[in-house]
Order: sequence, then C-alpha cells, then structure tokens
Amino acid sequence: MNDDGPVTTRTMELITAAALMVIGATVMWDSARIGAGWDSNGPRSGYFPFYIGLLILISSGGTFAGAIFSKSGKIFVAHTALRSVLQVLVPTIVFGALIAFLGIYAASAVFIAYFMIRMGDFPWPTIGGVSLGVPIALFMLFEVWFLVPLPKGPIEALLGY
Amino acid sequence: MEELNALFHGFAVVITPYNLMMMFIGIGLGVLIGVLPGLGGANGVAILLPLTFTMAPTSAIIMLSCIYWGALFGGAITSILFNIPGEPWSVATTFDGHPMAKQGKSGEALTAAFTSSFVGAFVAVLLVTFLSPVVARFALKFGPPEFFAIQMLTFCSFVGMGKEPPLKTISAMMLGFALAAVGLDTMTGQLRMTFGWMELLRGFDFLIAVIGLFGIGEILLTMEEGLAFKGESARLNMQVVLQTWKKLPKYWVTSVRSSMVGCWMGVTPGGATPASFMSYGLAKRFSRDPEKFGRGTIEGVIAPETAAHAAGTSALLPMLTLGIPGSPTAAVLLGGLMIWGLQPGPMLFVEQKDFVWGLIASMYLGNIVGLIVVLTTVPLFAAVLRIPFSIIAPVIIAICAVGAYTVHNAMLDVYVMMLFGVIGYVFKKLNYPMAPLVLALVLGDMAETAFRQSMLVSHGNLGVFWSNPLVGSIATLALVMLFWPLLARGLQALKGAKAA
Repeated sequence: MNDDGPVTTRTMELITAAALMVIGATVMWDSARIGAGWDSNGPRSGYFPFYIGLLILISSGGTFAGAIFSKSGKIFVAHTALRSVLQVLVPTIVFGALIAFLGIYAASAVFIAYFMIRMGDFPWPTIGGVSLGVPIALFMLFEVWFLVPLPKGPIEALLGY
Repeated sequence: MEELNALFHGFAVVITPYNLMMMFIGIGLGVLIGVLPGLGGANGVAILLPLTFTMAPTSAIIMLSCIYWGALFGGAITSILFNIPGEPWSVATTFDGHPMAKQGKSGEALTAAFTSSFVGAFVAVLLVTFLSPVVARFALKFGPPEFFAIQMLTFCSFVGMGKEPPLKTISAMMLGFALAAVGLDTMTGQLRMTFGWMELLRGFDFLIAVIGLFGIGEILLTMEEGLAFKGESARLNMQVVLQTWKKLPKYWVTSVRSSMVGCWMGVTPGGATPASFMSYGLAKRFSRDPEKFGRGTIEGVIAPETAAHAAGTSALLPMLTLGIPGSPTAAVLLGGLMIWGLQPGPMLFVEQKDFVWGLIASMYLGNIVGLIVVLTTVPLFAAVLRIPFSIIAPVIIAICAVGAYTVHNAMLDVYVMMLFGVIGYVFKKLNYPMAPLVLALVLGDMAETAFRQSMLVSHGNLGVFWSNPLVGSIATLALVMLFWPLLARGLQALKGAKAA
C-alpha cells in the first residue's frame, strides 16, 4: 500500500519546474512592460527584476530538463500519506474561508473542535475545553492586553465587541 | 577597552525589571516553540513580532532574541527524549542523544546538551562583542558596490555550500527576489507585478512567507509521516547535573573545535544546521574511538549542540554590522529592526549605541537565564510533547492564521500564508531550499537598491564590482562560491584522470 501513490516525484519535479518557468517568464514580461532598460534617471523599474526573471527561467529550465531525462520511478507521496495531508489541508482552507464570515475566534473554535472530533478520540469536555479555551486565550492576549484587533464576526458583535 | 565600556553601558540598559521579565517570557516561549512541531525559531518570532510593534525597540529585541535562544535550547529536548528533532539544527543531536536516553542516561544527555549550547553561545557572544565593532567600523567605508558584493557573496554561498541541487537553490532564491520586487518600486514609484490588483501594492511580506513555509508546511510534513510521539522519560535533578558537569571539562578540545566551526558557519551564512553536522563529523573523525559514535557517547551530543548554538548566535554578527542575516531567524529579527524604524548596518553602531549594546548584553544574560530555565523545567516541556498531535496541529494552524493576519491586518495575508504552506510542503519534498528564498525576500529591496545605485555610479558598467581590491576580492569570492559545484566536479575529474 505504502509504495503506491497517485503521482511520481518526476512528475512533481516537472510540474514545479514548469510553474517556476511560467513565473520567471511572467516576471520578465512585466518588467519589460514597465521598462527594463535605462532612461535619463538611470536604470528603470524593470531593470533588476528582468534579470531575476531570466535567472528563474534558466535555472528551472535546467531542473525541468534534468527531470525529463530522469528515469527514477519514485513516488511523490503515498495514497495513505496524501490522505493524512489532505485531512489537514482541506479543513485549513475551509477555516480560512470561515474567518471571513465568523471572525477569527469563532472560526478557530469550530476548526479546533472539528479537528479533535475527526482525528482523535477525545471525551466531549476535553474537546469543549480546548476549542473554547484557545480562542478565549487568544482574545485576551490580542484584544485585551496587547490591543491588537483581529477579525471579529457576529458572535463578538452580540457580546458588544 | 572601548568595547568593555560600551558593554557595561549595555548591561545598565538591560537590567531593568521589565526587561528581565521580557527575558524570562522570551526564553519560556522560545523553549515551547522549539519543542512544538510546526513552530520554530523563525516562524515563532515572526508570529510574535506584531505584538512588539508598540514596545520600545530594546525591550522588543530582548524578548525576540530570547525566544531565539529558547528555541535553540528547546530543539535538544525533543531530539534526546523523543528522537524527533524539534528544529533542523538538532538533527545531529539525535544520533547520540537518543541512544543515551534509551540507556537511561537522559539526564546526562540533556545536561550535556544544554551546557554545551551555553558554551557555544558564550564563545559566539564574545566574538560578537569584540569583533562586531571592528567589522562595523570597517563597513562604514562601504559604498553600494561593496554592499551588493557582500550580498552576492551571501547568496552565492548558498549555491556553493548548500546540500540542495544548485539549480534548485538558484530557483528558490530568485523566486524570493521576484516576490520581493512585487509592489511599489521605492526608487521610482512605479508599480511592479501587481497586474492591476491593488491588494498587491504592499507586496509580499516575508513574515507571511516564513509563517506559511515553516509553520503550515511543517505541519503537513508531520501529518504525512504519521508521527506518534513516544518518548523516554526525563529525569533531571541537581545531582545528575553536577555529575555531568564534572565530566564535561574532559571534552574541552571538542568544545573548542565545535565553537570555532559554529562561529565560522554562523558568520558566513552557512547556518546552524550544517554547522552541527560538520561539527559532529569532525568530532567523530578526531575521536580516539569513533565506533562509539551513534551508540550514545556524550561527545556526540556536545559537538553538534555547541556548534549549533555558536552558529545561531554568531549569525547576529553580520546582521547587526552589515544588515545581512546569517540565518532565517536572524532574517526575521532584521525585519523587526526595520519595522521598529532602525536601519540595520554599520550606522547602527554609531547612531543606536543603546540598542546595539543592550542587545549584546542581553545575549550574555539571556543565555544564562536560558540555561537555568531549561535545566529546571525540562519535565514540564517534555509533558507538552505528550499532548496528542490532533490537538497541537489545529491550535498551531489557528495561531499561524492569527500571526499572518496581524502583520498588516489583512485577510489576504492569511490566504497567502496558506499558499506558502503548500509551497513549503512541495519544496521540502522536492529538495528546494527554504532559507535562500526567505533571505532573498528579506534582502531583495536592499540588494536591488545597492545594485541600482552601483549601476548609476558606473553608468551600467559591471566593472564597478572590480573597481578596487576590496570589492573585487569579495565579488571574485562570490563567483567562486557560485561556480563551486562545477569547480568541485572539475577538480574531481582532474584527480580521477591523474589516478588513472
């Protein structure tokens, strides 16, 4: 099971190098657009980034070429491992989206509680304690003691913040 | 003598109840950060940096640098007790530290690790105290070409000395420079690579990148490995400490050599991780019975820990004197200086005497406080590690999100941080190095300004980097570093041809 996976390291190498080449080309294109040469004031804004883009293009082009000729069939990530990674990554992205609606404190509480229910086998009081305790501690630290405002949602508004 | 006076003045600045309290808080947080997976020196400091915006710069840097020392100490705890390096620089400590713990000598291993960390740091602080004013005075004469040449040397060293494939190092580094260029060009006021998107005006903040790359990326990697913490118990009492201290002086040669390796690797941007491996390798080579290494010899703990701490501490020397950080964490501290309105570089030693010498004095005190704190609280921190990962992971992700948001109070940053997390995961798996990316992102603007000013002076002639012996030798050394992988291969081929 563990030696099987959806994608080989070689494919990932090619994708990453290709993505970097696109970034390099984009940097060069944008720098050329705003002027990569000289004018009366000296080097223009695109002068330095243009060569940065060129270096990205060349170096990742080299990596790309190297990966094409590589014969290694090593897999990038096994199915089981990928599943564990996605188990964290997907809820994290949902958490990010939730912050916009619920504010960071309520979203954190939901996120921590979900994670603990899904991944562990904890009694309810533990889940409740951690998922409420951490946001409350963060709230005290940021809003009350250090006076750094964080995104808040309807629940905090109800409580008068 | 001038340095000693300045140093005593520094102590006077530091020893206030408030600063001492910051020191203890910093060390405590630092050890915690060093122990927890997903939080390390670099992103731990990055997350806490926004909390210090309103503090006085001297108190702020004392707290943040103490977090750094704490993280350096903390990495050893997980390595020895759990065979899990809490930080990359404590990987080499697992080789002998964990076998010692398995033999029931965890107390001895921990004491040796903490004490050697302290020794390494102390030597490095001495170096910083007496060498940095000299370097700073020398660097006052630097013009833009010299600064650019030094920066080029820093970046080329990553290519020449790194373990990663040179092409990937260059790609990662240049990606950092490209991201640094996004936003407003401060020299001309022109917008670059924003593609009409106003949110990008600010550019990419390296703090966001650090939190994502080292925080979220690390959590994803840990998940993949399906890590379960199984550790040896920590028994540490005064008796064990004193017994171990009695044994340590025997290994003074290893300590001295490891400190030297560490200082060298810290000042040049080799960093703490390669320093610890190199020092471990050297200790093994020079040992009378190298077979003992890997089975739990105390020398195998002393060597990497001394070097890692010496490197971690001396990384602040180029940061303070030249404005070039020797490690990702030093890079974050440098970013802090700029946010507090201090321009890093040689002028700091002229204009901000209180700040610089306060920081240096706090390095002495911070490491003493650190040694006391870790020796007395190890069982507490070992208990933290027994908390299941399914609780630690979401809490750390939530803290990373809070940290990313507070940098600019922008929601976009939280998403960018998550994107950097995925990039960090993929890069790590494909062996792209992270440190040059972060350093390029921090130094991008400074490097570009230095380059453009040099070009202005010389009217676009690259010969300006060879216009006097000083800048010429730095620039040549940089090129040697850049092409070192090729040169080394050529030399090997020559040797092979001769042998045949």
